[in-house]
Amino acid sequence: MTEKNDIIISLDHISKSFGDKKVLDDISLSIKRGEFVTFLGPSGCGKTTTLRLIAGFGKPDEGTVTMEGKVINDIPPYQRKLNTVFQRYALFPHLDVYDNVAFGLKLQKVPEAEIEKRVKKVLKLVSMSDYEDRDVESLSGGQQQRVAIARALINQPRVLLLDEPLAALDLKMRKDMQIELKEMHKKLGITFIYVTHDQEEALTLSDTIVVMNEGKIQQIGTPTDIYNEPVNAFVADFIGESNILKGKMLRDRRVAFIKHEFDCVDEGFADNEKVDVVVRPEDIYFTTDPAKCQFTAKVNSCTFKGVHYEMWVDTDTGYELMIQDYDPYEVGTEVMLYIDPDDIQVMKKERLANTYAGKVTGEGKVEFLGAEFACDTAGFAEGDEVTATIRFEKVELLDHEDEADTTGHVVFILYMGNHYHLTVKTECGENIWVDTNDIWDKGDFVGIKILPKDIQLSKPAAGNE
Amino acid sequence: MNAKKVIAKAYLWLVLIVLYAPIAFIVVFSFTEAKSLGNWTGFSTQLYANLFTGSMQNATGLQSAVINTLLIALAASIVATVLGTVAAIGIFHLHGRKKQTMTFLNNIPMINPDIITGVSLFLLFVFLGISQGYLTVILAHITFCTPYVVLNVMPKLRQMNPNIYEAALDLGATPAQALRKVLVPALRPGMISGFILSFTMSLDDFAVTFFTRGTIGLDTLSTYIYADARKGGLTPELKPLMSIIFLIILVVLLVINIRQSKQQNDNLKK
Repeated sequence: MTEKNDIIISLDHISKSFGDKKVLDDISLSIKRGEFVTFLGPSGCGKTTTLRLIAGFGKPDEGTVTMEGKVINDIPPYQRKLNTVFQRYALFPHLDVYDNVAFGLKLQKVPEAEIEKRVKKVLKLVSMSDYEDRDVESLSGGQQQRVAIARALINQPRVLLLDEPLAALDLKMRKDMQIELKEMHKKLGITFIYVTHDQEEALTLSDTIVVMNEGKIQQIGTPTDIYNEPVNAFVADFIGESNILKGKMLRDRRVAFIKHEFDCVDEGFADNEKVDVVVRPEDIYFTTDPAKCQFTAKVNSCTFKGVHYEMWVDTDTGYELMIQDYDPYEVGTEVMLYIDPDDIQVMKKERLANTYAGKVTGEGKVEFLGAEFACDTAGFAEGDEVTATIRFEKVELLDHEDEADTTGHVVFILYMGNHYHLTVKTECGENIWVDTNDIWDKGDFVGIKILPKDIQLSKPAAGNE
Repeated sequence: MNAKKVIAKAYLWLVLIVLYAPIAFIVVFSFTEAKSLGNWTGFSTQLYANLFTGSMQNATGLQSAVINTLLIALAASIVATVLGTVAAIGIFHLHGRKKQTMTFLNNIPMINPDIITGVSLFLLFVFLGISQGYLTVILAHITFCTPYVVLNVMPKLRQMNPNIYEAALDLGATPAQALRKVLVPALRPGMISGFILSFTMSLDDFAVTFFTRGTIGLDTLSTYIYADARKGGLTPELKPLMSIIFLIILVVLLVINIRQSKQQNDNLKK
């Protein structure tokens, strides 16, 4: 089999908008035959939209969906060789279990005897053999889910799409179904494309995880890749618990963060390049050996979490870190800590400051982010295209819109050990990133204020439009 | 406490009597031969016999009025059920302001007084030069029945899992098959209640029919009775006819109610 035949579905530069909201922004990926792929991300990240484009419920505005070498953008869902298990099952309420499962075969005019044989076989596969005559509405959530899976599988699709199929089940049921789905995938050997917002589910089930946020793919990789080597702060924060911190790459294999220096395994950054550092809470170790100790801290909270204890410590340099360990330390204890070089994940910073394309609108006035700001425009004339740069910590957030230059909503919050790094979506739809010590909640409405002296103007870099 | 109970009960009975006395009056006096209303000349089923054998004045007029009424009601409610269901599906899939506006526009004809609907339709038909008769009456009835179908189908759409239509497409059904095999069965209860409501509204209508039937002598039951009563007293045989209609409506209502409570019980048992 050639390399190309191995790919069953590929998305090339897919974009999709609903109204003026861009839900998918230039998505590209390939899915291998027989793979278990999971789209993972918070609600509204575009994962369900992607699945719906593959299923045929909607067309991409740009880009192509290819299945088995053929572009299927214009093929309606009923002619695609794939089937879907819907969120909340979507069983036909007026049909019993047998007729629900037989629905696809009856449409194809398969002889009655064969339908019966195949329905029995697929119901056995999902352990629902004795329920043929039951009214679907009399079944429990888990049983309805099994019928929905049987109904999708009976058409012998090459690809099975699953849209948060376990979201409505209780925890215990969900765990059991995860194991069964995994076994089913192994047994059938077909491609599963799975959508979930539950990172644990994604890590458990998938061969490949596609982490999405705000309509963009953040990272594609195996569960261990994604967990151990997140490419950016969003992925690190979304998958599992993590300490995300500002750092500086001193040279190859040497990084500074929380005002200490550490050995690490990362290379290829510029000397003194600013970076983000991720350390998983289970990777910070306690020690009693002063020779091993890299920094000290004081325990400020300790909570039992079942398997491990979760502790927050204040480092000697004023940072807060989360640590998970099997042994508890009493609140107030001074502890010695160290981190293995292997466990420090260094990530390139996505941006060092806010930069916007703007325009000088008059003496001391510049327009960007859909609003007008006062700033020093010396050296620029009215009408000049400029790039405005504002450092994260120079953006002031207000809880009212009086005196604010523009307004927005907090969409993402990252705790960086001693301050918060917020993503604020402004009214014009662009993001502004803010470093602050104040506590805001996701969804908060904020006024945004920037002092004139904190806006740096420069000529737009060549090539930018 | 006791006196309060007695008064409460008496009040209930008073309301019931006021509501049902006129009907009871007609039913009772359908079983006597007296020509003028309110005279009792002993029990007799003669009027019923006359009604069914046709030995009464203008029997053919009454017969054709009954047939017209039923045919118009049937045609109008079938078309209204189809139109209303399609409209409900359309409105349901609109969003925000558009949905609000369409729902509001759908509600206006229901509150609009019949007489205004009738006169405006009359003017419209004249303006368009459509000769008035069967067709215009049916069109007019469709106009005022359709909003009621929309109103009855809407809640079923809300209860329905929004994905079942897509699930049908996904399993290989064409849009037409998905509509027939999945959507219509799911909406059927709403469509049936919309149909029954339309049917009774059409049977019942006087004002709209009166203005849209034109001058070809088309009579429905309501316009026939109106004309008959104006001609010099109600034809006595109309009393048994009304009693029978009342009885039929009563039976239909009972059947619907019993079926509904049975369904609710079944659902509770699950």
